[in-house]
Amino acid sequence: MPKLLQAIARLFWRDLTVAMRRSTDVLTPLVFFVIVVSLFPLGLGPEPAVLRTIAPGVIWVAALLATMLSLNRLFANDHADGTLEQMALAPYPLALLALTKITAHWTLTGLPLVLISPLLAVQMHLPESAIGTLVLSLLLGTPILSLLGAVGAALTLGLRGGGVLVSLLVLPLYTPILIFGAGSVAGVIAGIDTEAHFSLLGAFLALALTFAPWAAAAALRVSLD
Amino acid sequence: MHKYASPKFFYSLAGQLIPWTAAVTVVLLLAGLYLGLFVAPADYQQGESYRIMFVHVPAAWMSMFIYVLMAGAGAVALVWNIKLAEIFASSCAPIGASFTFLALATGSLWGKPMWGTWWAWDARLTSELILFFLYIGYMALQASIDDPRRAARAAAILALVGVVNIPVIHFSVEWWNTLHQPASVSKIGTPSIHPSMIAPLLLMAFAFTFYFVAVVLLRMRNEILERERHTTWVTDMLESKP
Repeated sequence: MPKLLQAIARLFWRDLTVAMRRSTDVLTPLVFFVIVVSLFPLGLGPEPAVLRTIAPGVIWVAALLATMLSLNRLFANDHADGTLEQMALAPYPLALLALTKITAHWTLTGLPLVLISPLLAVQMHLPESAIGTLVLSLLLGTPILSLLGAVGAALTLGLRGGGVLVSLLVLPLYTPILIFGAGSVAGVIAGIDTEAHFSLLGAFLALALTFAPWAAAAALRVSLD
Repeated sequence: MHKYASPKFFYSLAGQLIPWTAAVTVVLLLAGLYLGLFVAPADYQQGESYRIMFVHVPAAWMSMFIYVLMAGAGAVALVWNIKLAEIFASSCAPIGASFTFLALATGSLWGKPMWGTWWAWDARLTSELILFFLYIGYMALQASIDDPRRAARAAAILALVGVVNIPVIHFSVEWWNTLHQPASVSKIGTPSIHPSMIAPLLLMAFAFTFYFVAVVLLRMRNEILERERHTTWVTDMLESKP
């Protein structure tokens, strides 16, 4: 068992190190996130009341799109240089290795999105009471985005037009997370109790954590055939 | 059992079944449309325009039923590696997508006289729209993989992930809808439905099911021919025909 844990820890650090060597790759989705959100006031006008109503949806949709952009990085490089095949041959469950890679991916893309979101919330005139909810909802929601996205990324591995295809596959599956993520923030602004939103987001996270790595591993095996 | 699952045997069996299922489709369709359009009374609230329900509701049923069938066939194909299940799953997708589109289009047509707008973010219409996106994703994934067996397996995994998600999406959208919209908008139709309307509705649902069977058999025959075009039985059969 320690051997398995060791392998997982090594894989996790390796993914982080490789990503840090190419730090622009890590920053691109984050910058994209900020730019997309900043475009809305320019398109709609700087009226604080308008911005406040659309802010939860805009920030959440931008987070979905930014995650989408980064999914390509999850397996593609390892697939290109053959590392992924070695992982599939390793005497460890591929689902666990996939989960490790997904965790590393979330640390590199999901977590930065969560951390920068208060800044965007201020920019969009969200009331202070809603900022905590926004951060918490993104903290619960972005891991689900990475988990579901991993299945799409594994299915489209090495296909032509993979980048656009993955959004076609994954975005419809993201709708519940968007509804409850953005809904919780909008609920706080409207003064509604948001416990149900968070319970459901937590339930989705538990569900995705259980099934997504397994589906991603099965998809990887199909793609590596 | 293996005999029935062999593409060669299934090809001729499907050929024999198609005329029958097509005939049943026509009979049921005519009966359903006659009862629905001429016999069933006009609705006291919606007048004549509610009659689009006899196309809309069965189409929506079929769209979900076919997705579940497709995912089930995908699971069978993944677990037991049965070629025929792969062929069935991939033949289902365009038909299911067409039914979803039909449900969306008729829903929109129905919405104009009822809601006064072509599109309302009604819970059922919205989840139908997302189902349509899921079908498109499925077909796009399948189209972008050249090897048919690999394509079938990848698409089966996607369909299984989708089928787990469909109830979640449906209830999320319903929840979201009740928060955002006044209940009067989504209240379409009456809580209890008159027997004279139930009969055409069920007839239409059976007609659509038989239509689905006939078309899926046709598509499967085509797919079998395409996949097996290098085998001797296909070349023999094609050569024996003038």
